[in-house]
Amino acid sequence: MLEYHSVAELAQAASEAGKSIAAVTLRDQAQQMGKSESEVFALMRGKLAIMQEAAAQGMIGRLHSASGISGGDGKKMYRYAREGSLTGPFCARAIARALAIAEYNAAMGRIVAAPTAGSCGILPAAVLTMLEEGGASEESAVMGLFTAGAIGMVIAQEASVSGAEGGCQAECGSAAAMAAAAMVEMAGGSPQMAANAVAMALKNQMGLVCDPVAGLVEVPCVKRNAGGVMCAITAAEMALAGIGSVIPVDEVIAAMREVGAALPAELRETAKGGLAATPTGLALKQKIFG
Amino acid sequence: MDIFDIIGPVMIGPSSSHTAGAVRMGGVARGILGEKIAKAEIFLAGSFAETYRGHGTDKAIVAGLLGMQSDDERIRDSFRYAGEADLEFVFSTLRLPRVHPNTARLHLRGESGRECTVQGASVGGGSILITSVNGMETAFSGNADTLIIPHQDTPGVIASVSSLMAEFGVNIGNFRLNRPHKGFQAIMTLEIDGGVPEDALLILKKLPHVNSVVYLPAIHSGDAPC
Repeated sequence: MLEYHSVAELAQAASEAGKSIAAVTLRDQAQQMGKSESEVFALMRGKLAIMQEAAAQGMIGRLHSASGISGGDGKKMYRYAREGSLTGPFCARAIARALAIAEYNAAMGRIVAAPTAGSCGILPAAVLTMLEEGGASEESAVMGLFTAGAIGMVIAQEASVSGAEGGCQAECGSAAAMAAAAMVEMAGGSPQMAANAVAMALKNQMGLVCDPVAGLVEVPCVKRNAGGVMCAITAAEMALAGIGSVIPVDEVIAAMREVGAALPAELRETAKGGLAATPTGLALKQKIFG
Repeated sequence: MDIFDIIGPVMIGPSSSHTAGAVRMGGVARGILGEKIAKAEIFLAGSFAETYRGHGTDKAIVAGLLGMQSDDERIRDSFRYAGEADLEFVFSTLRLPRVHPNTARLHLRGESGRECTVQGASVGGGSILITSVNGMETAFSGNADTLIIPHQDTPGVIASVSSLMAEFGVNIGNFRLNRPHKGFQAIMTLEIDGGVPEDALLILKKLPHVNSVVYLPAIHSGDAPC
C-alpha cells in the first residue's frame, strides 16, 4: 500500500521497483479499490475520453457562459496555432486546449475536475498535446493521468487543492505540477525527474492568488489555465534536461501550504481582492448581477 | 481518498460547490419528499444568493429535483425539462445568519400534496451537508445510504431501530439524534453500509413511536465519488 504523503517517497518506491510512478500507482490503486489493474485503467481511459470531448467542444466554441465574460478564446487560439505561432504547434495548441476546456467548463459543459473544476484545463491540455502533437500513445496518455493523480493526492493531503483554502497556487499550481510530472513520465523521464518537475512547477506558481471577478470561474481562471500548462511544459522540459530543484519537492509542497495559510481571505476565492477588486472587475460584477 | 477524487469527479461546470453540489442538494430533497414534485420554492442564501445566475446554481438545483446527476449534460437546459415534467419552481434569496455561505432551503410540494422542507449547504468539491429536514436539525451528506427517521422521543425507540438493523445484518456507520425538546418529536439519522432490505423498511415504518421513514440511497456523481 502506498501512502501518498511524500512525492520523494513515491518516486523512490517507483525507482526501487524499476517502474514509473504511474505504474506503481495503478497497481496500488487497483489493490486499494479491490479491482483489477485493467478495470482501473479502463476507468481512467474513460476520464481521458471526457477530456478529449471537452477540448473538442471547447474549440468549436459554440457554448458561452451565462455571464458572457468568457468564451471563444480557445477557438481563436486554435485557429492561430494552425496558421503558425511564435512557439510552434506544440505550445500553441496546448494553450488552445487549456483555454477551450476551461471555457467549456464555464459554459456548463461536462469536464473532469483535475484536481478542481477551475483548473480543469491544465492537465488535459498537457496530456492531449503529448498525445496529438508529441507522438505519445493513448496508453501512455492514460498512464500520464495516473502519474498526475498520484502527485495530486500527495498535494491534497500535505497542502491543499482548494482555492478557498490555499489560493490559485493550490488549484492551478497543483494542476501544473501534476501535468508536469505526467509529461515527464510520458516522455520517458525517470521518477526522480518527474519529482523535480513537480517541485519546479509549484515553485513557479507559488503565491498565486485566487481572485475571480464576480466570484465566477472565468476571469482570470480561464487564462490561468493557459499559463498553467505553459508552466508545466517549462518545468517538464527543465526536468527532462536533467535540471533538479534546489529545494526538495516535499519542502516545496509544505511551503505552498504555508504561503496559502498566510494569504488574506480577500485573496482566497472570496472575490474581494486582486483582479476582482479592480475598477473593471467591480464594474463587470455590477453589470452581471445588478 | 482515491485517485478519482483527484482526476475527477466528472461534472458539469463551472463550479464543484455552486453547480455539482447544488445538483446533489436537489437530488437529496427529491429523495426526502419521495414522490413526484409539483412545486418547488427554492431559497438561496449567502454566496449562492449573490452568484447563482453566473454559476448556474439555479439550473443545477432544478436538475437535481428532476433526478439528474451532476455529470448530466441536460443540466444547462433543466428549466425546459422542468416545464416538460410539470415541475413549477420559483427562486428567491434569503438572509440566513450564521450558516455556511453556500446554503439553500428547498420547500417542496408533491403531487399528493405532501410537503417537505430541506436545508443544506454545498461544502466544497461537490460534497453537501443537509442541516435540517422539516425544521429539525440534522447533519448528513448523502454520500452514504441514509435513513432519516422522525419519531416520538420516548424510551426504547432507538433500541428497537438499531436491533431491527442488527437482525437484518445492516451495519450502522454513523448515528445522529436530534431532539429539540424532551418528550416531543425527534429525528434520527443513520448512515449505513450497503443498503437496507425492503422488508426491513416495511417493519421499520410500523415500529411504535416511529412517525415516518425516509430511505435515501447514496447519491453518486457519475462513476466517481465526490
